Order: sequence, then structure tokens, then C-alpha cells
Amino acid sequence: MTAFNATGSESDVERDEYTPEIEPQATWCPGCGDFAVLKALKGALAELGKDPEEILLVSGIGCSSKINSYFDSYGFHSIHGRPLPIARSANLANPDLEVVAAGGDGDGYGIGGNHFTHSARENHDMTYIVFNNEVFGLTKGQSSPTSPKGHTSKTQKKGVAKDPVRPLSLGLSAGASYIARTAAVNPRQAQDILVEAIQHDGFSHVDFLTQCPTWNKDARQYVPYVDVQDSEDYDFDITDRGEAFEMMYETENALYEGTVLTGRYYRDEERRTYREEKQMRGEMPDDPLVERYFDEDYEWERSYDLLDRHA
Amino acid sequence: MTTDELIWRISGGSGDGVDSTSQNFTKALMRSGLHVFTHRHYPSRIRGGHTYVEVRASAEPVASRGDGFNVLLTLGDSFARNTDEDAVYGNEAIKPLSENLDELRDGGIIVFDSGQVDIEEVPNFEERAEEHDWQVFPVDLRGIAKEHGREIMRNTAGVGATAALIDMDLDPVEDLMAEAMSGDILEANLDVLEDAHDHVTEEFDTDTGLSVPQGEHDEEQVLLSGSHGISYGAIDEGCRFISGYPMTPWTDVFTIMSQELEEMGGIAEQVEDEIAAAAAAIGASHAGAKAMSGSSGGGFALMSEPLGLAEMTETPLVLVESMRAGPSTGMPTKTEQADLEHVLYTSQGDHSRLAFAPGDPVEAYEQTRKAFELAWKYQMPAIVIYDSKLAGEYRSVPKSAFDQEPNPDLGSTLTEDELADAPHDDTGRFQRFQHDVEDDVSPRSLPGQENGRFLATGNEHWPNGQIAEDTTNRVNQVDRRLGKLSSVRDDLNAMEESFQSHWGTEDAEIGVLTWGSTQDSVEEAVENLAATGRPVAGLGVSEIAPFPEAEIVEFVESVDEVMIVEMNASAQFRGLLQKELGAYGQKISSLLKYNGEPFRAGEIEEAIEIELNGGGEPTAQVTLRPATGD
Repeated sequence: MTAFNATGSESDVERDEYTPEIEPQATWCPGCGDFAVLKALKGALAELGKDPEEILLVSGIGCSSKINSYFDSYGFHSIHGRPLPIARSANLANPDLEVVAAGGDGDGYGIGGNHFTHSARENHDMTYIVFNNEVFGLTKGQSSPTSPKGHTSKTQKKGVAKDPVRPLSLGLSAGASYIARTAAVNPRQAQDILVEAIQHDGFSHVDFLTQCPTWNKDARQYVPYVDVQDSEDYDFDITDRGEAFEMMYETENALYEGTVLTGRYYRDEERRTYREEKQMRGEMPDDPLVERYFDEDYEWERSYDLLDRHA
Repeated sequence: MTTDELIWRISGGSGDGVDSTSQNFTKALMRSGLHVFTHRHYPSRIRGGHTYVEVRASAEPVASRGDGFNVLLTLGDSFARNTDEDAVYGNEAIKPLSENLDELRDGGIIVFDSGQVDIEEVPNFEERAEEHDWQVFPVDLRGIAKEHGREIMRNTAGVGATAALIDMDLDPVEDLMAEAMSGDILEANLDVLEDAHDHVTEEFDTDTGLSVPQGEHDEEQVLLSGSHGISYGAIDEGCRFISGYPMTPWTDVFTIMSQELEEMGGIAEQVEDEIAAAAAAIGASHAGAKAMSGSSGGGFALMSEPLGLAEMTETPLVLVESMRAGPSTGMPTKTEQADLEHVLYTSQGDHSRLAFAPGDPVEAYEQTRKAFELAWKYQMPAIVIYDSKLAGEYRSVPKSAFDQEPNPDLGSTLTEDELADAPHDDTGRFQRFQHDVEDDVSPRSLPGQENGRFLATGNEHWPNGQIAEDTTNRVNQVDRRLGKLSSVRDDLNAMEESFQSHWGTEDAEIGVLTWGSTQDSVEEAVENLAATGRPVAGLGVSEIAPFPEAEIVEFVESVDEVMIVEMNASAQFRGLLQKELGAYGQKISSLLKYNGEPFRAGEIEEAIEIELNGGGEPTAQVTLRPATGD
């Protein structure tokens, strides 16, 4: 009897297998950068041969998080800012799942900022893609945490007075062990980076620059872009936290001055994942928790056996 | 009131060892064959402040703290003596001796630390002692402790001293000490214990007329709190994932579960906030683990969002709401039952959630088990609501109540074989949220299973999980989610015994209705009155949602008038009852208490006497609110 037999398949998977046969409700506008994330994610997972049924794609709320409607896997479209705690505990309960979390810049760097910080700090083995279009799209164009200073909208009529969040530096200081930035206009790099991010053991943070053709017409469309790994102008060691930090800082400044830098910024292969850390301390089972519920031979402990200490 | 009973109160400042001493004392009494019950009063601070623990012991089962007490052991006023430091520890006006005299019964014993307290400083002490016939024993507890060990052992000296005055056998106390410590520390403590005992025997007339009752258990007893009941119920239902954020008094369950799950190969996660805590439990449950989370009022407020998400995505989940006095931060260590509406109505939209309000540790165990079983069978969040009182009170309960088989069943979750035969649409997608299904439950799949792909979303959705705003589908989905509640009600009604408790006489004129942890005081009051021939009956309600309408209607109709007893100021259970029944307003009144302390049986008895015979205002700090129209 097959009760629960997730995963681990290395079969050839075509990109189309992740495309739902039903038509999603149209939520993304023509020209939306989110389509590029969808394409890169499908490409990366196909390249890795991931079975759609071993993938859990957890999203928050907003245009970005509608990716679940366009992507056929196990999915969880949750609530604004909260995909990370859902994703990481699903991964702890069943580490055989390939867990990918997705959300927008408001979802991840604003309302979910606390969860982002702590998920990175804990170094869960999962991939977090932030669709960064510098604006709240679905609620019609308000400024987001990454909107440039001075960005105007109906709720920021005189221009936003805040400096934008620095997502890469934030991810690094919080403790993410893989950090990259890519852009919708660079599909090959985007797919390669997602492949690396998914393969990486630990918390992978990908800041994905996407354009919003409807609400952020002023936003540069991230063209031309520079791949920092391909350019002779940038030379830094992505395994060195200090050098990575300097490079990120430069990248984040440059973006608002009109120069779009993308690429891999930081990779720490040495750091243990959260699960491994807990396992070392005897606080994390080796087996996927979920399999026990289908294992008729598993011996469940009883509270009755704990009562001697209360006698 | 049980005549043959001892109620011993130990008072001091936080950090004096009041808690650990009382635990050992209580266990020693239980081991000697008595039934015990403890009530704990403590401030929200680490050092200093006034704290006491009351231990009631009787040969008969005891379910509440009782009225008053008859032995007071006061460890002095250590917190007010830290004068060398800049920090002030506690309120200097509140002293462990003077603060604890009000409820000491006539003829009671006082043992105080003459090494720390100058009795002259206690206002009107001599007059009061004479008036109430108190037997006063000044003992230099600090001096005895210092002589054999360290000053901190004065609590041990106190136990030795009071034991001499109530004919208490020291053997069980010594055994417990030996289980908890060893070496020089144990030796020193044993010396202090015995020396204090001998000192009192030699210096005073120990014929106090009060003694430890003699008793024998019919069956083995264990000393547990309601927090243990909830935790052990969860463990036996196969809960192996807990996520939380510390908050008093929820921390009790969180701590017990964290420690146990680590030992038994489960996962315990202390996360960044309560939104993450509830969301993490949803994630683990979605992936297939039996998961729980919880908090107290303020933290539960943050869980409002994920709670609604669990309802909409039909993710099974158990949340614990451990109430304390509110609103906002309120009184962190004081009890109240004022989060009922919060638990039932928080989060947007129409609700499909279950709520149980256990009244004692065994009920906490059983109802937590039921909460898990139903949550997984019906795919909805279940909330176990209890309070600071039940969380922190320890009492002796029969060990056999916990001798039950585990139930790790995942309810309406399909295996891969079953999934192959389950309904799929013509594009091959699993129909996770079907419209017309038995008991309104549409079986679920788990991520990783073959043929089970679906989207869980907080938006309204088609049967395959995709977001939908189609009006017919909307109505079908809402009807099915809410319809599950009537199926749960049928399940609960079909149980051999309901979770509600009934007490008192037949042909009663007054019915006393209560819920949750207040039931033990009501039970005691009703039985005391019934014993004197008063026409009173009681009902303690533990099933809150879905509401046990038939059982309550039957009770309300069986009496002339109903008094609802609860620990809040706005009569929240009465409001719920009126909403659910829409009638009987003319015969329902309220007895409310919201000063942070639980009801004593005597306060309820007095209120019932006033209802029966007329009379003035209650003498206690409680409020009587009349029936509609009165």
C-alpha cells in the first residue's frame, strides 16, 4: 500500500508540467515583470527535474503571490506578509518537500519584515523569491518599502519621505546564506540563479527586480543591466561576507542612480541549516514527521508514561 | 465545606522559594493519602512582590481552593529589606504577614519568621489575633536556616515548624527532598527541617487542635495542573509540532510541550511573534503533522489573521487561549474569563471554528483530545480556552484517567491509494474542496502525495482550490464550511457522556450556570447548598462552539431562574447564551467577578442565598446583575 511516498525523483520534467491546464483568473497585466519570474521558476525546476508534486510553493498576498494561480504544484496562497513561517514549518515537518516561498516587496520587506529577518537568521533550507517592483500593485500604486525616496501616489502625494529598504544588505545582516539579485529582463541569468538558489542548502534570498507597467511607469525597466559576475569592473569574493556587503551596498546605491547591477552576491556553503543545527542538539527528528502518521508500526509515546514524575 | 480539611498558606516575596516549597509540601500530603488542591497568587515580577500559595488537603476529593484557610506560614518580608540596593523590590506597604490575615479562619495558626518580622510593625496585630483566637508562633526561621546552611533555607525551616503544629509526618517531605537534591545541600536541608521541627516542639505547646487529616486513596493519584492536562491530551493525539511565543500563562503549555516533544522526537519552535506561531502551526499541519500553537489574550489577538486563514483553507489546527485579566496587558498573572468573545468572534468573515472550555485537568486532557480529533476530522481550527486559574492550579487527579490509547489518526486525510480513486476534474486536478460531501467534509491530500495537487488559499476558491468569485460556488463553499459545525454538534451529541457537568438537586428553583474553570467553585457552592436542602442545581458548560443548545435549554427550562457565574465584567457567556437561544432573558441574571481572583464557593453561596431569599448587596467584591427587565 502506498500511503505517503513523497519525493526525491530525478525524472525529466518538462517546463509545461508546471502550467495548470485551467486558465488562471487574469490578474497580471500585460507586460508585467511577474511573468518573467514565473518563467524562470518553471525553467529552474524543470532543469532540476523536480516533480510538481514534491514542490510546495507558498506565497503571501499581492500580485506577486498570485503566482500560485499560474503554477501547478502543491500551493499555499496565504496572507499578507506571512508566507515564510508557513513555508519553513512545512519544510521542518516534511524536509523532502522542495519549499519555495514567494511574495512582493511590500509583502516581504514591509509587513513580513520580521519573518524575513528571522527566517534568514535561522537559515531554513528553502528559497525565498521577492518580486521587487518598487510599488504596491494590487492596491493600485502606493509606495512600497523599496520605492525610491520621493515616489508619489494617491497616498504619497508629496512624495515618499523615507529612504528605501536595502533588501540585499538586509538579507545579509539577517543571516541568509545565499543572496542574489536578478531581473525580469535577464531571463537566462534569472533561471541560473534560481537553480543555484534552490540547490543551495540553507536560506536562499533572491531579490527579483520586476517592472510594474501599470502603476510604476516611472520606474526604470532595469535596462541596461550589468551582471556583476560578467563585468570586469566588479571583483569581489562572494564567500567573503565583508566584500559581499560592500558590493551589495554599492549595488543598492547604484539602482536609484540608474545603474542596474545584478548577479550573485553572497554564498556560504559552510553554514549548517537550521534543521541540521537542531539535529545536532537532539531537537529535530531525522525522519520526516509526516511519514510517522502513515507508519502502522510506529510506536506512539503516551502521556501516561510521563506521569511518574507527578506522583 | 469539608470539615476535616487543612488549608495551608505559605506567603513571601517572589524568589523566597514559595513555589517550590509549596509543591513539595503538596506532594507530601498527596503521598500521605490525601486529595490536594493548590491556588497560586503571584505578581508579574522576577524578584520581590507579594506571593502566596494555598494548599487545601482533605481525605475527600477537593476540586477548589475552598473558603479561607487555617494555617499561615509567612517567610517574612525579604523583598522590603533590600535597602542596600537602589532597586526597590516590591511594595513596601505589602507584607507577607499583614497581607495574609484577612482570610485566616478563627482559631487558625500563624507561623512567622521572627528573625525578619517585628510583630509590632503589623497594625493591630494583637487585637486581631485575640479577636479571632489565632494561635501565633514566632519562630526564628532565618536563624535556624543560617545555623545549618544558608539563609535561603528558611522556607525549609518553615515547613519543619508548621509540621510540628499540625502533626504532620516528615518522612514524605524528606523523601521528596532526597529526590530533588543530594550531597551537602540535602544534608543541610534535612538538618534545617528537623531542627525547626524540634525547636517548635520544645518551645511551644503544639496541641493546636489542628492536624493533617488522615486519608487513603482508592486509586493512585498524580499532581497536575490544567496546563498538563492540555499538553498530555495533545501528546496522546499525536501532536508532534508546537510553535509559540512566550506569554503568561500560555507559557506553561508551551514549556511542557517543548520539553516533552524534544524528548519524543517532535518539533518545538519558539518563533518571532504570535502571527508566525499560528502561521507555523498551519504550515506544519498543511504538510501533514498534527500541530498546535496558542497564546494568551494579547498574543492571541495577533493570531486573528492566521486563524481565519486556517478556517478558509480548512487546515486542521489546535490553538490554546490561556486567558488572563485584560484588556491589553491587563494583569499578567491574574485570572479572568473575559476573552470568550475574542476567541469566538476574532478575525473577519463567518466562522467555522470549534471551542472547548475545560474545567479541570482531566477535562483539559479529554477536551484537548476531542479538539484534535474533531479538528482533523472536520478540517478546521479548534480552540481550547482556559485561564490563569486552571493553568496554574495543581490538584490530585486519578492517574487512571490518563491510561488511554494514543490516537495519531489524521482524520479525513487520504492515503496515496485513496487519492488515486478520489474525485479529480477533467483536467486531472484533485477536487480538494468539493461541494456536496458527507458531513460537509471534503477529504484532503498532503503536499508530496501523488495525484493530490491543489492550491490552498485564503481567497474563496473552486473545488480544485483555484481562486473564484463565482456566486454559486461561493454559496456552496460557505454553506459547506459552516455546515461542518452541525456535523460536529451531532458527533458531540452522540457521545456517551457530554462534556458538561451537572450538580445539585432535582426540582431545583435556581439553576447556576457557569463555564470553564469557574465550574469547580460553582460545583462546591451548589453541593454545599444542596446539602443544606436548598433547591439549587448547577451546570458547568465546556462545549462552547458549536453551542450545546439542547442541553442548555433543558437545564434553563428545568428551573425558575438561572444565575450565570463568570469571571468578567460584561457577562460574556450570558451574551453568548442569549445570542444562541434568543429567549429566557427574563429569567437569567449574572454573578460576576473581575478583581483578578477566582470565585470562592462562599461568595457564590451568598449570592444564591440573596437570589433565593432576597437581601442586600453581596459582601465580597462581586457584582450581581439582574435579569432583563428587572
